[in-house]
Order: sequence, then structure tokens, then C-alpha cells
Amino acid sequence: MSKVTRRDFLKTTAGAAAAGSLGVGGAMWSQEAFAQSHWKPEKGAKLRVLRWKRFVQGDEDKWLENTKKFTQMTGIPVRVDSEGWEDVRPKAAVAANVGTGPDIIISTFEDAHQYPDKLVDVSDVCNYLGGKYGGWYDVCKDYCVEKGKWIAVPMGCAGNAIVHRIGTMKKAGFEEFPKDLAGFLKLAQAYKAAGMPPGFALGNATGDGNVWCHWLVWAHGGKMVDKKGNVVIASPETEAALEYGKQLYATFVPGTLSWLDPNNNKAFLDGQVGMTANGISIYYAAKNSKDEKMHAMAEDIGHANFPIGPVGRTTELNLFFPMMLFKYSRYKNAAKAYLAFMMEKEQYEPWQQAAIGYVSHPLKAYEKNPLWSSDPKNLPYSNSMKVMLPNGYDGPMGYASAATMADFIMVNMVAEAVSGSKSPKEAMERAKQRAERYYKL
Amino acid sequence: MNRFFDNRNVLGLIFMLPAAALLLVFLTYPLALGTWLGFTDARIGRAGHWIGLENFSMLVQDSVARLSLFNTLFYTVVASTIKFALGLWLALLLNRNLPFKSFFRAIVLLPFIVPTALSAIAFWWIYDAQFSVVSWALERMGLIHRYIDFLGDPWNARLSTIAANIWRGVPFVAICLLAGLQTIPPSLYEAAALDGATPWQRFRHVTLPLLTPIIAVVMTFSVLFTFTDFQLIYVLTRGGPLNATHLMATLSFQRAIPGGNLGEGAALATLMIPFLLAAILFSYFGLQRRKWQQGARD
Repeated sequence: MSKVTRRDFLKTTAGAAAAGSLGVGGAMWSQEAFAQSHWKPEKGAKLRVLRWKRFVQGDEDKWLENTKKFTQMTGIPVRVDSEGWEDVRPKAAVAANVGTGPDIIISTFEDAHQYPDKLVDVSDVCNYLGGKYGGWYDVCKDYCVEKGKWIAVPMGCAGNAIVHRIGTMKKAGFEEFPKDLAGFLKLAQAYKAAGMPPGFALGNATGDGNVWCHWLVWAHGGKMVDKKGNVVIASPETEAALEYGKQLYATFVPGTLSWLDPNNNKAFLDGQVGMTANGISIYYAAKNSKDEKMHAMAEDIGHANFPIGPVGRTTELNLFFPMMLFKYSRYKNAAKAYLAFMMEKEQYEPWQQAAIGYVSHPLKAYEKNPLWSSDPKNLPYSNSMKVMLPNGYDGPMGYASAATMADFIMVNMVAEAVSGSKSPKEAMERAKQRAERYYKL
Repeated sequence: MNRFFDNRNVLGLIFMLPAAALLLVFLTYPLALGTWLGFTDARIGRAGHWIGLENFSMLVQDSVARLSLFNTLFYTVVASTIKFALGLWLALLLNRNLPFKSFFRAIVLLPFIVPTALSAIAFWWIYDAQFSVVSWALERMGLIHRYIDFLGDPWNARLSTIAANIWRGVPFVAICLLAGLQTIPPSLYEAAALDGATPWQRFRHVTLPLLTPIIAVVMTFSVLFTFTDFQLIYVLTRGGPLNATHLMATLSFQRAIPGGNLGEGAALATLMIPFLLAAILFSYFGLQRRKWQQGARD
């Protein structure tokens, strides 16, 4: 596998600088020059890409437009297929192990760690991009680096943040959204008292349930496994998290135990819920609605990152997207050129804008994307990659962490304890037994 | 050669071959493969190694798997019993000379015709914790003061999913039993009436015994469909709340596909086979026996 040497890097940056001095047209040419000098596409190359199906239309439209641009510039035809995000994971596993399928698969979470030996070393692409765009956020390395090598290119994550009603918050005497757990609980209680209760999904909601339940436990210092993969979920920290969760649950709108992913969006937009955890989609649905009432609601919607617990750092979980290039691909250079091209500023920033910030960037330079400053309400979502922890924290990523999440062990534990169907101790023990089955294999 | 092909047995064999091939390829092979996978540690895309009964012993110790077995049995027994009672009742009603008979018979089938995934989405709204039309109506009538938590409470969720399953399953039972009812010769009822039999006696001693064979077939199918239900649960609850509505089929999927543990998922699916076989055997060797149908005992 080729690695980018210092000389390569200098060559590229010098080339880019030279091309850049030629003006706008030059910037376009620098793309081509870069694609051809770094990763000379194989003769007759054509690519197949499988990705998760868009959450917002703009994402898909712009992604395809950028892909078309790549084809125009390089002559490499690219076919992009989309599947529901939960279906990509099993398909990627089959492709990896059968040894045939799309050249590039854009999947979720720790997939790259499930079959690292089937993936092409993309360190050259990642080092090039990292060098050019201010470096990758730390969590990217957790998800995409194995034994010092990049085995996937981070695409970003679907950020999740607290979505709430500013008016209710101010009436309750809070000038800004609390950053600590005590303040957060107080605010939740105030929302309930004001008839705008919070509501967080506690059913088997793959996205929204996992996200906030992991935050709750991690914020208190609890975790499923330690660094070596020993299950340590039954701990005083987890117990504290569950006790806190009980108080928080007491403020929730009734019925959250049944909530799947779409429920909180519906309830919030209907004005029945004043606070939830979600992607940026609720805000955009309200903002882009033709209904006057919805516009008023959009004005009143605020976003905030999750509060910080006793561990003293942010502890969020967001839906991460790795782009994996498989060893069976016959056109590895073409695929690398495509991956790099799509992550370049000229493509990435407009795409992020088209996706209305639904995907948060993995490269630090994109913090300056005008998208984030154009509407201050977008700002918390620009932090998503910065504030998150990897799935399966604090242990090794792979089959066990993926299966533990798919089996809703964390969500079930939180739901059992906070709803009072089991004591926190019982819920923790049960989670421990369930997780040990996966981690002992 | 000609004589060979004229042989009835040879011809029979040849004519049966396509059907046998179809059964082997699309039924026997997947079933055998599924069973085999249950004894391996296969993951998606990775061939497994034989691990004997390990998957099964793990499932026996797994509280969620045990809960799913209970849920499945409860779901099947309650839903099938009610579907049978309502289906029979509906069939008896439709068998009478009603005005617009054909229209009613056609309309009764509607729930069965609508794709399950679609009707499940309708039920999802009906049962929604915030938008339920049932809760809304009851609240307006002043009968309740707070929305019913249909899918958020374990027992409510079990009963709600069962109700949705019944709604969907009754037409199948009713129409099949109606077909059975129409094969009963009216002369038998006339004879019974002449003998002074009450309506209950006519039902008990004419209708029921003659209907038993079709009941056996219909209920076997009904039990099989209910036991292996997946779509309804997957759309409504995904097995929640607190795994209270996880059926063996949904849990098997959750473990095998999103969870990637094909071996364990297959083992869980294999565990369903004995129950399904028992249902079939009960029907064929029990309900279809002449003696039983005629009210005798062994």
C-alpha cells in the first residue's frame, strides 16, 4: 500500500498552490491534476458506490451532481445506489466476505472494524485530506484507523442535538441552555410544569433511542466495556446515570417507551413536546413549511449540544458514516480519486449546504463553511464530530460493539430502569449478562 | 424405450420432477441451510464453524429469548382463539340470507387484502401515544382524561398488537369457514328441524361436526401465520417496549441481520419449528380423525 511521504505531500500542495494561482479555472484544473497525479485511474475504470438513502433530498441531489462532475472531469463513470441506512450494514458485510459488490460502500458506525482485512488502506487519501483541511477530529481515528492505517475515509456524521423551545426556556428563567446535568434536569422539570414536557425515545429506536441513552450513561462515567473489552456496565456510575434518568423520565410526555425514530419529530412539530433529541430535520421541517404557525415555531426552536456530566467532557453518540473501499475493487486508484474528490472543499461544502447541515463534517477546516454561520441555530450541529465518542466506548470496536448496539442493550437498560419496571441494579445486571454474550466471543 | 415411457410409474415420476425440484430448491434447501446455520457461529457473509448446541444453550439462558418465546405463545394462543371465535361467528352470519350478501362477503375480505405493512402503519397511528384517534375520541367523550399508552406499556402493547393481528386475520378464517358452511346440505338442517332440534342443537350436532375438517385446515394455517408474524410487530413496536412484543421471528431477525449473528438468529428460527410441527400434527392427526369429528372419544 502506498503511503503519502513528505515529498508527495509537498508535491501535491505545491501543485495545488501553482494551480490555485491560475484563478478559478485553475482551481478546477487542480482537481484533475490532483486526481491524475496522485491516483492515476486504471484504464477503463468505472465505479459502483452504495450509500445510505438520504434523509434530506438536497443531500442526494448534490451528491449525484458532484459525482457527475467527477465523471466529467475524469471520464470515469460512477453508479451510485442508495439503500435505507439500516440495510447497508448487512449488505456491506456480505460484500466484504463474499468478495464482490460495489467498489465503495458508505456505511454506518464501526463497520470498517468488522472486516478490516477486506478493506484497502486509504491512508494516502486521508493523510492528503487531513493535511489540506486542518486535520480530522479525533473520533475519526477511532472509527477509521486500524493498526496505524486508515481503513476508511470518514464522510461525517448525522449530528444529534437537543431541540427545544426557546420561549418556554426563557419563561422558566433560563437565559441560555444549561451545560450541566443539574441545570438540565431543572429545565426539563420547568418544561413539564409549563405544559411542554420533554420527550426522548425509549422504544427500540435505532437512531434516536441509542443516541441519548448512550449520552446519559457516558455523561455519568458509566460505559459498556473498558479498554480491553471487559463488560463493566454494572457500576456505581451507571447506577447514578439511571437514577438521574429516572428523574428525567418523570418529566417526559407519556408514551415514550413506545417511541420509534419518527415519533419525536411528529410530537415536537405538533407542539406537544417542548424538548427532544434529534437531527436538524425538525427545525428545517418547521422553517421550510408553508404554514405560518410552523414558521413561528421555527423562530422559537433552539438547538443545544447535550449537557456535560461529571466526567467533564462531551459524551455524545452520533450516527457516523465511514466510506470503505474494498480490496476486491478492480479500480482502486479511481476509487481513491473519487473519495478524495468528494471530500474536497469545492464539493463537500456545497453538498453540506444542500444537505442543510444534516451531515456534520469530519475535517476541521469545514467548521468555516458559511452554512454554519448563516443561521446561528445550525451551530450546535457543526460540533457533532467534535463532541462525540465512538460507539462501543471505551472498548475495541468490531463485531461485539455493533451487535450490542443492534440488540438495544443500552436502550433497554435505560428504559427498564427509568420506567421503574426494574431497579437500576437489576437493569444493569441484565445488560451486563446480555453484553457479555457478545464480548466473550 | 417407448414401453419405458408408457409405464405409468415412470410417467408419474417425470411429471412430478419439476414440482419436486421446485420444492427441493426453494423449500427443503433453505430450511436445511437455516437449520444447519443454527448449529454454527456464522455471521453475515462469513461461513461459520460447527459449534453444536452452543447457540441453543445460549438462547435458553437469554432472558430476552425466553421472553420472546412467552410472547409468541401468548400472541398465538390469544389471537388464534379470538380469530376462530369471531371468524366462525362472522361466517355463520354471512351464511344467512342477508340483503347485499355478495357485497358484504366481498367487503369482509378487505383487511386481509390490504398489505400488512400498510395496515400496520394505520395501526401505528391509531395506537400513537400522542395522536391516537381512539384516545382522542374517548377523551372528547369524557371517558378518559389522558391518552391511552397503547404501545408504551408492556401489557397494553401485547394486547394492542394482538388486536391488530385479529383485525387482519378474521376475514381469512371467516371466508374459509363460510366456504365450509356452504358445503353442508340443507337437507340435514331440515331433518334436524323436523326432529325438533333447537338452533343450538343444530349447530352443535350438524354444523360443527361437518365443519371440523375445514376448521382443522383453517386453524392450522391461522396458527402458523400468527406464530410466524413479523411485519406487524416490526412496524408497530420493533419488539418494544422493553422487549414485551418481541416475537421469535422479530428477535431472530434482529439478532441475525442488524446484529450480524446469523447463527444465533437461525437457531432462534429453528426453535420455532417444533412448535409449528406440533400445530400441524395436532391438526392432521387429531382434528381430522373421523372418530373425533363424529363426537366419539378414543
